[in-house]
Amino acid sequence: MIWPIASAELLPLFSYLYELLESTGLPQPWLAVVVYTFLAALVFGVLSLLALFLVWWERKIAAHIQQRFGPMRHGWHGWYQTIMDAVKLLQKEDIRVATRDKTVFFWAPVVCFVAAFLAYVTIPFGEGLIVADLNIGILYIMAVTTFTVISLLMAGWGSNNKYALLGGMRSAAQVVSYEVPMVASILVVVLFVGSLSMVDIVQAQAGGIWNWYIFRLPYGPIAFCTYIIAATAEANRTPFDIPEAEQELVAGFNVEYSGMKFAMFFLAEFVNAFTVSAIAVILFFGGWHGALLPSWMWFLGKTFGIVLLLMLFRWTYPRLRVDQLMEFSWKFLVPVTFANIIIAAWFKYAGWYW
Amino acid sequence: MLEVDGGIVFWILSFVILVSGFMVVSLKNVFHCALALVLCLFTVAGLYILLDAEFLAAAQVLIYVGSVAILLIFEVMLTSKLADKRITQSNDQALVGFFICTLFAVAAYLLIKFNTIWYPLAKSALPSDNILTIGKYLMTEFMLPFEVVSILLVAALIGAIALARTEKS
Amino acid sequence: MFETFYPILFLVLFATFLAFMLVAFSIILGRRTSLGKKFQAYECGITPEGSTKDPVPIKFFQVAILFLLFDIEVIFLYPWAIVSRQLGWFGFIEMLVFIVILLVGYFYVLGRGALKWD
Repeated sequence: MIWPIASAELLPLFSYLYELLESTGLPQPWLAVVVYTFLAALVFGVLSLLALFLVWWERKIAAHIQQRFGPMRHGWHGWYQTIMDAVKLLQKEDIRVATRDKTVFFWAPVVCFVAAFLAYVTIPFGEGLIVADLNIGILYIMAVTTFTVISLLMAGWGSNNKYALLGGMRSAAQVVSYEVPMVASILVVVLFVGSLSMVDIVQAQAGGIWNWYIFRLPYGPIAFCTYIIAATAEANRTPFDIPEAEQELVAGFNVEYSGMKFAMFFLAEFVNAFTVSAIAVILFFGGWHGALLPSWMWFLGKTFGIVLLLMLFRWTYPRLRVDQLMEFSWKFLVPVTFANIIIAAWFKYAGWYW
Repeated sequence: MLEVDGGIVFWILSFVILVSGFMVVSLKNVFHCALALVLCLFTVAGLYILLDAEFLAAAQVLIYVGSVAILLIFEVMLTSKLADKRITQSNDQALVGFFICTLFAVAAYLLIKFNTIWYPLAKSALPSDNILTIGKYLMTEFMLPFEVVSILLVAALIGAIALARTEKS
Repeated sequence: MFETFYPILFLVLFATFLAFMLVAFSIILGRRTSLGKKFQAYECGITPEGSTKDPVPIKFFQVAILFLLFDIEVIFLYPWAIVSRQLGWFGFIEMLVFIVILLVGYFYVLGRGALKWD
């Protein structure tokens, strides 16, 4: 069997690492294993740092919107507050309900955690900074986010708690209802790119800010709006966070989790929010394209901009009721996205796109 | 080890599929069976990737794991009161069942082995971009099945509404 | 070219390993006291009453079926979206027929009130 790192194009990120390791004389399969494990660890390291930063940033933004200061004690403006919180959660007791379903209760946070990080195999952080440019890139990410739904249901069922079960089912129903508008909005962009690969989608927006899909009226802004609404609901954030709000249903599906398992759900939620913003940037805002600064700076900057938008949504809008939420998705978003697909197809065939 | 495209990964995936498939029918807790099914369907997607059918793998995960398995889990939660632990299964005729199943398995194996033309397709004969090819064939040669699928989906929609609404009327 | 998919396998293994490590940390470093009602299910402080295995409302099941059907529809639209460049108006009409038939189904479902979440 030929292991793949024979050709360095498959790993644009670490061709020089491969050459470095090759010079040490390791045999072929182990070389591949070392490089892949290193890449996995790198993805984890970057994402954990980003997630820690995002948690701190959310608390600061929330605080300033509410005219207070937020964390101020640990370091300048509380920058290492999240690290302290993580250390605290690490040594909390892992309370396990006596009547739980042992296997399911244990595996739910693990599945959620793994599913959240799995999407980053195909997200380009910059020019050539992608772990594997799959030719079904965007569809792969959509496929991986469905595992989060399964973990929600597992958490609800495994806790053997009426409220957890109901919270888990409502959460799953909500995520599932907003997945159709999300996948359909992405279809509009894929229609114009002609490929599912993430790198191709970004390259189709090269050459100036007016090439970005959000500026291609009228289907671009509509697709962006439906995508960002559906994505906020998918990430279970306000104004769609009925299933996991603290005041409703006592935090929903993760009511019986404590310590590190709860931290895994929490971390997975923030990583999901970042994933969703990264996809919005890649699809609609030109990915890593930008003048002067290095490409990864542009990508991170734009993604943090969209994350800021999501945070502003959370701290300014009131929560939607469950029936309002579901009716909004099925009665408004689904027809609008399908109409958008037809309009975009019309524009494409009539040659009116630019 | 037999030289298979994909090597040890193929054997590991096949093992996981068989074991989880067996777990689906033999575990006592129905919810665990549903989760074993999720694992089984996910590893089948892995096999599709080994066959270079990436779009099919993504569609498998999106539809089977993301919709069908979730539907099954909802259904397990819906009928959980009926799946009481007190309902016992009887296994009196295990030996007869085992004998008949082995007979069927041997017959199926022999039929498939001697009635199929096994020749490996050269990798160069495969289209390089599978999703482009799927789209092309779906739109030209298989246009009628494509439209019939939409009618089938509408029929399923109407059936689903009729099924879930009988208790109201 | 399934070789591009190997990083996924390694990421899954690494992530699962890391998750196990985190849970192990929590179990090793956390306290383990078994006093009081800590191991009962949480119900805002009262003792839990009622069975946890009551059937849930059927509208969840209905939403799942609707999602399945619309998801299949969108998946069928993806190959069309990729090849639409070479197809011209013929492809547009084909897709239009597909979506219109499904919209008929959608409006039927809407009219029957199945999308109402009571």
